[in-house]
Amino acid sequence: MRALTVTTIAFRSIRRNPLRSILTMLGIVIGVGAVIAMLGVGKGAKDAIRSQIAALGTNVVMVMPGAFTSSGARVEAGTTSRLTLEDIRAIQSSCPAVAHVSPIARSGAQLKYSNQNWRTSVYGAYPGYFDIRDWRVAEGSAFTDVEERASAKVCVIGATVALNLCGEQSAVGAVIRIRNLPFKVIGVLAEKGQNATGQDQDDIVIAPFSTVQKKLTGSIFVNSIITSAISSTSIDDARSQINEAMVAQRKGVGGDGVDYTIRTQTELASTAESTAKTMSMLLASIAAVSLLVGGIGIMNIMLVSVAERTREIGIRMAVGAQGFDILTQFLIESIVLSVLGGIAGIVFGVSTALGIGILQHWPVAVSISSIALGFGFSFVIGVFFGWYPARRASRLNPIVALRYE
Amino acid sequence: MILPIIELAGLHKEYGIQPSSVVALRDVSLSIEKGEFVAIMGASGSGKSTLMNILGCLDVPTKGTYRLLGEEVGILNRDELAKIRNIRIGFVFQSFNLLARTSALENVELPLLYNSSVSPKSARQRALSALSMVDLSDRSHHSPQELSGGQQQRVAIARAIVNDPILILADEPTGNLDSAKSEEIMAIFQDLNNRGITIVLVTHEEDIALCCKRKIMFRDGHLVNDAMIPHQRVCSPAKEIS
Repeated sequence: MRALTVTTIAFRSIRRNPLRSILTMLGIVIGVGAVIAMLGVGKGAKDAIRSQIAALGTNVVMVMPGAFTSSGARVEAGTTSRLTLEDIRAIQSSCPAVAHVSPIARSGAQLKYSNQNWRTSVYGAYPGYFDIRDWRVAEGSAFTDVEERASAKVCVIGATVALNLCGEQSAVGAVIRIRNLPFKVIGVLAEKGQNATGQDQDDIVIAPFSTVQKKLTGSIFVNSIITSAISSTSIDDARSQINEAMVAQRKGVGGDGVDYTIRTQTELASTAESTAKTMSMLLASIAAVSLLVGGIGIMNIMLVSVAERTREIGIRMAVGAQGFDILTQFLIESIVLSVLGGIAGIVFGVSTALGIGILQHWPVAVSISSIALGFGFSFVIGVFFGWYPARRASRLNPIVALRYE
Repeated sequence: MILPIIELAGLHKEYGIQPSSVVALRDVSLSIEKGEFVAIMGASGSGKSTLMNILGCLDVPTKGTYRLLGEEVGILNRDELAKIRNIRIGFVFQSFNLLARTSALENVELPLLYNSSVSPKSARQRALSALSMVDLSDRSHHSPQELSGGQQQRVAIARAIVNDPILILADEPTGNLDSAKSEEIMAIFQDLNNRGITIVLVTHEEDIALCCKRKIMFRDGHLVNDAMIPHQRVCSPAKEIS
C-alpha cells in the first residue's frame, strides 16, 4: 500500500471527526508545548544567571563574617563581624593565588547635593575593588592608593545616584554631602543594571576604605572581604589559601575557631542555576505527564476508531489487504494525529516561551533542537500508543469483521 | 488436462471445540471447471455461507483439501490467503459492502491499492474501465449513499473484476434488490461469464439460479444435489431508470 494513499486516508478519517481529533490532540499540544517552553525558558534563565554571575566580577572569592554552618545552625550573618584589616594583610602576604584583596565597609547614608536628597549604601573599599568586580568607571576616574592612604574625602558614584543627585548634568567634580560630610565626586561608574535578586547595582557610592571606616562606620571590623583569584582555574587554590591564612591569623591572636565563611563565584553560580533547574524540572514533569495522558488519549481514540471501522477493515481484508496494510493504515493515522498535535504544540510552546520572555523580561532562547525534540516526541508517542490499536485491527478475523454492524 | 478452478475433496468444517462443536460442512467433494457459472442453493444453516467463506479464502477447512487452480489453500497463512483473495478472487456481497463516504472510483480501486504490481496511474485506468463495463462511468465520483441499490451492486461488481480475477464469488448478490435490478445484475454476471470468468453464486431464488449453468444444493452441511441446468435463462440488460 502506498504511503501517500495511506496518509490521505488517515487525514480523511481525522477530518471526519474534527472535534474529537482536536480534543485528542490537546494532551500532545500541551505536552509538546511544555517541552518547548521548558527548554526555551530554562536556556534563557541559565544564560541570564550566567551573565549576572559574570557581572559580580571575575574569579571572585568572598569572605563573609559568621560561620554559616556553625553546629548545624546558621549564625546570623553580619551581626558580629570579626573580620579585620589584619585578615586583609594576612591574605595579601600569604596567598599567591589571590590577585586583589579589598575589605568592604558598608554604611547606609543620606546624600545631599544642591537641593537633591538620596539615600543609598556607601561602600568603603580599596582601589582593587574595581578590578575585582570588573567595574569600569564611565566618566572621571577611580580613586587610587594615594587617596586610600590619605583617607581623602573622594568618591565614585553609581549611575542611579548620579542621575538622582545631578540629573542630566555631569556629576564629576561635584561636591556632595554624605551624612553632612563633603565628598568630591571623582568618577561615575558604568551601568551594571539589576543583579540576580533584582537589586539596582548602580545605586551605590564607593569611597576609599579608610575614609569610610574613619568618618562613617567608626568600626575596626570590616563587613566583608572580597578578593579575586589570579585565574579561573585557581579559584579553588585561592579559597584554600585564604582559609589557611585566616586560620593562622586567628591562632596568632588566640581566636576561637572559624567565624567566617568563604564563598566563590562558582558556588554562587551553581546555587542560582539550581533555582533555574527547579523551574525546568517543574515544566519537565508537566510535559511528561501531559505527554503520557495525551498518548493514552490517542490510544483510546484509536481503539474507538478501530471498533467503529470494523466493517471497513473487513472489506479491506476481503479484497486483499494483508495484516501489515491494516497495521500501517491505523499506525499512520495515530502518527498523523499525534504529529499534528505536536506541530500545534510547537506553535503553542514557542509563543508561550516568547510570552514569558516579554512579560518577565527574560531572555528566552528557543532553539531549533528543542523544536526538533518536540516534533520527535510527538512522533514517538504516535507510534507507541498507536501500536496496540493498529495491531488489534490488523488481527481481526475478516469474516467476523465483515458481519460487524 | 486443464486444471479445475476449484477442487474440493472431503471438505469438513467445524466451529468451536469438541464436544460442543458445530459441524457446518460434512465431507464435501466438488470440482468446478473454468468458465462455469454455478448457483449454490440451500436453506439457511445448510453450510453455503461456510462454503463461500472457504472458497473465498476467508476461512480454512478443518479437514479435507481445497485446491484453487491446483494450489492447496488450507496450508496458507493469513497474508498468503489475503494475496490470493486480492489477485485471484472477486467478491460480491448481498449488502454491497462498499466503503461509505468514498467515491465509486476509489471503491473500485481498493483491491489495486493492495496489489503492489499495479502503479497508481494504471490503477485509475483499470478502475475507470471496470466502471464502464458495469455502465457507471458517469457515476464514478458519487459516493455509495448517492447511488441506488442496483448501482451500488454494480460498483461492487466493478470492484470484484478490477484485478482480473479467475473467480467471482457472489453471496446472494440480488438479495437486497427488486426483480428488475436483479435481472440487470444477473445480465452483468452472464456477460462476465461469457468473457470466461468463473462465477459461483449463492441464491435463495429459483429463477436467479436458472440464469446459471449448474445448480448445487446443500442441506445440513451435505452436498445433496449437483446438476446442470438444461436451459440457461438469458437475462436482458434492461436500462435502469435512475
